[in-house]
This record gives sequence, structure tokens and C-alpha cells, in this order.
Amino acid sequence: MENLVNIFVKSVFIDNMIFAYFLGMCSYLAVSKTVKTSAGLGIAVIFVIGITVPVNYLIENYVLKEGALKWISPQLAEVDLSFLSFIMFIAVIASMVQLVEMIIEKFSPALYNSLGIFLPLIAVNCAILGAALFMQEREYSSIAEATSFGLGSGVGWFLAIVGIAAIREKIRYSNVPPPLRGLGITFIITGLMGIAFMSFMGIKL
Amino acid sequence: MSDREPLFSSKNLKLLREPLNKSNPITVQVLGICSALAVTVKLKPSVVMAVSVIAVLSVSNVVISVLRKHIPPRIRIIVQLVVIATMVILVDEILKAFAYDVSKQLSVFVGLIITNCIIMGRLEAFALANKPWPSFLDGIGNAAGYGLILIIVAFFREFLGSGTIWGYPVMEKIGIYKLGYTDNGLMILPPMALITVGIIIWIQRGKNRDLIETH
Repeated sequence: MENLVNIFVKSVFIDNMIFAYFLGMCSYLAVSKTVKTSAGLGIAVIFVIGITVPVNYLIENYVLKEGALKWISPQLAEVDLSFLSFIMFIAVIASMVQLVEMIIEKFSPALYNSLGIFLPLIAVNCAILGAALFMQEREYSSIAEATSFGLGSGVGWFLAIVGIAAIREKIRYSNVPPPLRGLGITFIITGLMGIAFMSFMGIKL
Repeated sequence: MSDREPLFSSKNLKLLREPLNKSNPITVQVLGICSALAVTVKLKPSVVMAVSVIAVLSVSNVVISVLRKHIPPRIRIIVQLVVIATMVILVDEILKAFAYDVSKQLSVFVGLIITNCIIMGRLEAFALANKPWPSFLDGIGNAAGYGLILIIVAFFREFLGSGTIWGYPVMEKIGIYKLGYTDNGLMILPPMALITVGIIIWIQRGKNRDLIETH
């Protein structure tokens, strides 16, 4: 249990998807104009990442990895399908996004309307595929660890996008040099926020 | 190609040239930022990344453009992802075979070319509505515009951060360390990539006033 909390906090703050790895930057920059929409997108990302990381973990460990197919028959113990992982992960993510979209539409039309266009966009959010690939690279030992890593990355992404949206709402009233307005200043602020987040580095829990 | 249009007509050349400046994928279209920032600590991985993106984007643009009349619109995203993923797997395997060190340095970022918005964005915006040859040029142009920014950022980060260019210790050869100069360790850290791109945007928009956003 302690270990899970550890992984969660580490992936929220120290290995933050945006500030440490720059994943999911495109939607981060494009959708962060108001706090409300960015909070909606952030919640959708937490949701999708929290589902796809454990699912991809299962696929990785029971289908793709070398010797992972042993549970079907001992003859398959030498099969190594890991070169297929990109295509499998992205297929899982695309279909999960579709599934989540249908479920939300059915059970909570209000949430569906507020997320609306963001749901399909998530399929190409690099943070989601990035989380799956990091999960593969770091070789978590159980599905619970993978899940808490996934949720943590999602929450970290949520914090980052809501933070930048709040700053952008305020900066509208400042006198920014014209060529820097919009995209330029957002880049620089993100850089400064990244430096601030680096102070979490080296914290051992 | 429409009837007799020459292969390099001015319209086609424009497809190749525009993304390098006025419609640069990174600084103007805001596409493909994720990978651009993460691999730019050193010049070498950035060049490899740029070349991989050129290969993936031009080929998948052509494939989608050839198939564009046969792809049902409702499942086009999955079809596009499959085409891209296939290309990326090829690039990844080639890198692992011929440039193993660089492939290790790039780690997950080669895989992330799949979700690089540049590729999806150009497939959606261009290849689905145009013929193969212009799509090919558009792919090369946009990927080159992406690579250009990557290389500029990587040059400054490597030069100021570790005092080398392409691994060659320039600063040490000049003998500037003896004068008390030290490398700026901050340039190696990830946030400086963002600030460098921010400054590039500043310079570009300062020269090109019509790109300025109102807010």
C-alpha cells in the first residue's frame, strides 16, 4: 500500500507528464484558454489514462512480452511479440476512448455534453500513449502499481493544465509584447512552471 | 497530378517552402510539440528524430492520400493510426538495428511519433483531400519545418549546456574554460527547451507581424 501511494505521488509531482516529459503538450497548449474547459479535458484524461494503463499492462504481460503466451500452451513460451506493442497500445487506446465515449453518453449525458469534442481528441494525446510506453519501460511488478502510476500521471496532467489555464486567464490583462502574445508567452510560462516543479526532484518518499 | 502540371510547379514548391517559415508546424500550427521538446538536449538525437519524422510523415501522407477515396469517414482515425503505427514500427526496428545508442537515448519518443499531432494533423488536413504527389511534398515540407526548429533548439541547448556541438568539445578547444567560463547547466534541463522555443516564436513573430495573435 505504501508503495502504491509512493508511485502515485511520484508520478503526480516528480515525473509530471507535462513538466518533466512534455507529453500531451499539443492539447495542453490548444485547450488551455479557460479554466472550465481545461478542467473538463483534464478529468477526461485522468479517466482514460486510468483505464488504458492497466489494460495495456495486462496485454503487455499476457500477450506481448517474451514468454508471455505461456499460459495458453508451453509451446508458445518462446514467442516474442513485443514489436507489436505500439500498434496494440494505440488500438487499445483508440477503442477505449470510443468505449468511454459511449458509456458516458449512455449514463451521464450531462458530463458527455460538457466533455463533448474533447473525448475523441484524447485518442491522439501523447500523454496516454506515453504513459503506456513508460509503463512498459519501467516494468511495474503488479497491476495495482501500474494503475496507480496511470492515475498519478493523469492527475499530474490535470493539475498542469488547470494551472496554466488560470495563469492564461489572468495574463490577458497584462501588457505582453505583441509578438509574444498567445503561444509564445504560454511556452515561457510553462517553462517557468517546469522549473518550479523541478524542486520536487530528489524527494524520496 | 492534375493533367499537365509540372512536378515542381510553383504551387507545389510552396507546399514545400511554407512550412519552413510562415506555417511552421511547431511555432504556428502548434503541432508536434511533445516530442520536439524532449529530444533536443543533444544535436544528434534531434537530427535522427527529424529524419524519422520526415520518413514517417511523407510515406504515411502518400499512403493515406492513395487510399483517401476508400476509407470510410467514420473509422478514418483508426485507419490513420494503423498506417502511422506500421511506419513507426519500421523506423523503430531500423534504428534499433543500425543506430542502437541513439535509439536508446530516444527511448519512448520514437513510439510517440504515432501520436505526434503533426502526423495526424497533416493527414487530416491535407492528405485526405489531396493527390499523392502534393501530399508527399506537404509531408516533406512539414516534417522539415519541424526538424528545423528541433535542430535550432538542440544546437543552442547543446552548445550552451554542455559546450559541445555534435559531441565535439568546441568550448574546450577555444580554451574559454580557463577564463572562468562554465557551462550553463540549466540549458540541459527540460524547462529550458520550452523557453528556447518561446524565444524562437518571439523572434519569428517579431519579423512576421501578421502572425501575431490578439490573444
